[in-house]
Amino acid sequence: MYKVSVYVTPKKGILDPQGATIERALPALGHTGVGQIRVGRFITLEVEGDEREAVSAEVDSMCRRLLANPIIEDYSFELSAEASGGYESGTQEAGA
Amino acid sequence: MEHPGGKGRVRVGVVVFPGSNCEYDTVHALEHLPEAEPYYLWHKDRDLGGADCIVLPGGFSYGDYLRTGAIARFSPIMQEVAAFARDGGLVLGICNGFQILAEGHLLAGALLRNRSLKFICHAQHLRVERVDTPFTSRFRVGQVIQIPVNHNEGNWTGGPDGQSGVEDRGLVVFRYCDEEGSVTPSANPNGAEGNVAGIIDEGGTVLGMMPHPERVSEAILGGTDGLSVFGSMIDHVLLGRC
Repeated sequence: MYKVSVYVTPKKGILDPQGATIERALPALGHTGVGQIRVGRFITLEVEGDEREAVSAEVDSMCRRLLANPIIEDYSFELSAEASGGYESGTQEAGA
Repeated sequence: MEHPGGKGRVRVGVVVFPGSNCEYDTVHALEHLPEAEPYYLWHKDRDLGGADCIVLPGGFSYGDYLRTGAIARFSPIMQEVAAFARDGGLVLGICNGFQILAEGHLLAGALLRNRSLKFICHAQHLRVERVDTPFTSRFRVGQVIQIPVNHNEGNWTGGPDGQSGVEDRGLVVFRYCDEEGSVTPSANPNGAEGNVAGIIDEGGTVLGMMPHPERVSEAILGGTDGLSVFGSMIDHVLLGRC
């Protein structure tokens, strides 16, 4: 069993109306010098399986087919194994 | 084989997803065309019921969860619709229907949230860029028509760097414009690249458009420009039988 965190963000060069609006709002609160705000999505899930590579490939497929739209979004994900001796963690960068 | 709709009739399947809300209006509009025989298809159907053309109506399929059209794209019927389109069948996606077609890669690009972050709902002028499609033969090139928009995610993009190539390939069918037909930033209601309001696929049989033709299909509702979209589609099917 792996716990998975998926991060979906607008691709570079894609208009992000939410990010742009937040960027305009922050100076009104006194937060100046803030830029490049991009608003994305954070998805957590649990996937059954023992082999890290197989789970990683499965999550990658989920991301490409449904969780992200590769035309407009990048994605990355992290797996952490639920094992008795603690857990391992790592990041899989993809979709750039 | 005898045509299931009978000679001279054109069967138009209107697909209903959970959350669709323009299917009745679409069927009602089609009923103004004497040759059209509209009927409903359910998203779980695996048979298009002898359709000559398919319409994916507007609405909020699956509550717009995740991304607009992202879940509907995997409905059982969409496999049939994709196969139908591959074989040259006519498919018209209106608003959420356009979003579903883009998510399913039957049309280029994607629909982002409106630049204003506001839901928009108003009468909109469009310039007709192409009349050599099965959906626009009743118009003239450059004609300014008025069809309302009603959406939150209609901001079409071809992806980073305009990689979709719709402009190079001449796939834009409708653009947002002002009443004189000028395609300007101020006439763009949602931030769409190139004021794109509707595009067609390379094969020329799948059209997606954000504006709602079914809402201007009778004079009492303020116009009939929308009926010309459906009428062109019916004409095309009938011409193909000659």
